[in-house]
Amino acid sequence: MLPGFGLTLGLTTAYLGLIVVIPLAGLVLKAGQLGPAQLLAAVASPRSLAAFRVSFGAAAIAAAANGVLGVLLAWTLTRYRFPGRRLLDGLIDLPFALPTAVAGIALTALYVEDGWIGQLLKPLGIVIAFTPAGICVAMAFIGLPFVVRTVQPVLRDLRRDAEEAALTLGATPWQIFRRVILPPLMPAVLTGVALAFARGVGEYGSVIFIAGNRPGVSEIVPLLIVTKLEQYDYPGAAALGTAMLLISFGILLLIQRSQRRSGVHGI
Amino acid sequence: MASDPHSRDIGEPWLLRLVLVAGAGAVITLMLVLPLAVVFAEAFAKGVGYLLSTLSTPDSLAAIRLTLVIAAIVVPANTVFGVAAAWCITRYQFPGRHVLVSLIGLPFSVSPVISGMVYVLLFGLGGWLGPFLQAHDIKIIFALPGLLLATGFVTLPFVAGQLIPLMQAQGIEQEQAALTLGASGWQIFFRITLPRIRWALLYGVLLCNARAMGEFGAVSVVSGHIRGVTNTMPLHIEILYSEYDLAAAFGVALLLSCMALLTMAAKAFLDWRDHRQFALGAQAALVAPL
Repeated sequence: MLPGFGLTLGLTTAYLGLIVVIPLAGLVLKAGQLGPAQLLAAVASPRSLAAFRVSFGAAAIAAAANGVLGVLLAWTLTRYRFPGRRLLDGLIDLPFALPTAVAGIALTALYVEDGWIGQLLKPLGIVIAFTPAGICVAMAFIGLPFVVRTVQPVLRDLRRDAEEAALTLGATPWQIFRRVILPPLMPAVLTGVALAFARGVGEYGSVIFIAGNRPGVSEIVPLLIVTKLEQYDYPGAAALGTAMLLISFGILLLIQRSQRRSGVHGI
Repeated sequence: MASDPHSRDIGEPWLLRLVLVAGAGAVITLMLVLPLAVVFAEAFAKGVGYLLSTLSTPDSLAAIRLTLVIAAIVVPANTVFGVAAAWCITRYQFPGRHVLVSLIGLPFSVSPVISGMVYVLLFGLGGWLGPFLQAHDIKIIFALPGLLLATGFVTLPFVAGQLIPLMQAQGIEQEQAALTLGASGWQIFFRITLPRIRWALLYGVLLCNARAMGEFGAVSVVSGHIRGVTNTMPLHIEILYSEYDLAAAFGVALLLSCMALLTMAAKAFLDWRDHRQFALGAQAALVAPL
């Protein structure tokens, strides 16, 4: 056996314990201090329910958009050769690298009434900034790389004989895409969509600038948690946090199960 | 080009290709290029002189210094942790190995706000250890230690997330050969393992650094927003923005954008150098079962 087992295992467990396990246990215990009735009141108050609806609804819309756009981007960037392809491919990672606060103020500046995009949408009667639509825009930005980066490696390894066979048998491009290419891509697409969704639900920095943050309308759960913390309502914040934690674990388990079933591995 | 399996001329008619490429270009321009461009445009809106003067105010300089200090402490800590975790998880079989991997990936699936809140609940005034800390005059929340903990939590998976899949795939034959030849543990690590993981390690460090400098939600919760004391660069952006000093807010944002662009350029270089696609997200790598 290689040396260093005791040292590295000790370091790993101690660090994880101090940074991750004990603090998270503190969170769950704090929520546990509330009785069942209070817990329900904190998580199921009209304001909390509205916030959950906004967070999950916007994240679902954004993740669905990421799924469609992500497949388009992965396809063109992997299958076609054109000038500037490498640059565009590198740009896909921008939402991973750009700090969320920067993304937040940049998107807001674009979509306000006199912004570059906002002034084009205004004559059409479309308002994005400071509405729930703005939340979707921010979450779609944050989640864009997930689908592209999970689909790309699968697409790269996809054998093309089946496509050629379909072509010689007279299939249209759409039929080939729908019947031959999409089925093997689907597990990767769904994994990417689920990752984008999970990220969107928890997202804070890029959303709060563009959201407008009106309680009941455009207030996301993470912001409600921050508000409760600022009012020193620690148990209330902990209850909401624990609820979100459980939901993200559920999503994570689903992703792991679907990956194990389909044999998709990490990017 | 003929040997490239992806550009063989079968399949879609050229018009369809053109439409798809144009569509992809439009999506990338609209969703990625414009947000980046607007940062530059707004930062220089009042001229270079104003930009430089806002970046050299005492508050801005303090924010830049604090962000650098946090990165200088958190990144090495998470790098050492990441290497140790990857070594023990990929070099040995032991019960609970998968639990460790799941725990390492956990911060990725937790909202940044929750990442900050767990320390407020632990060390804050109404938290578990709050009264004890107050009695002994130890400040963690609304002070540097809280910022370090929150940033450390959020950036914990990056280095380990790069190393675990790679070291798992590489196997342990070479290390075992060195061991039978009489090499010590440190010799094995520095002469055999490190050269084989250095690019992935460097990449994990770069990602960890980018996130440590850019983290907003988790840090916002534990900071208290004390100007010049607990105000990091992303938090300073928020303050300037809420004061309607847009040019100044975008000036600080410009610095962070340059940091992000440098990170992406380094990724492109490492991809080219190592002939493999690095996983920027690293999430999927940790989510995938070993």
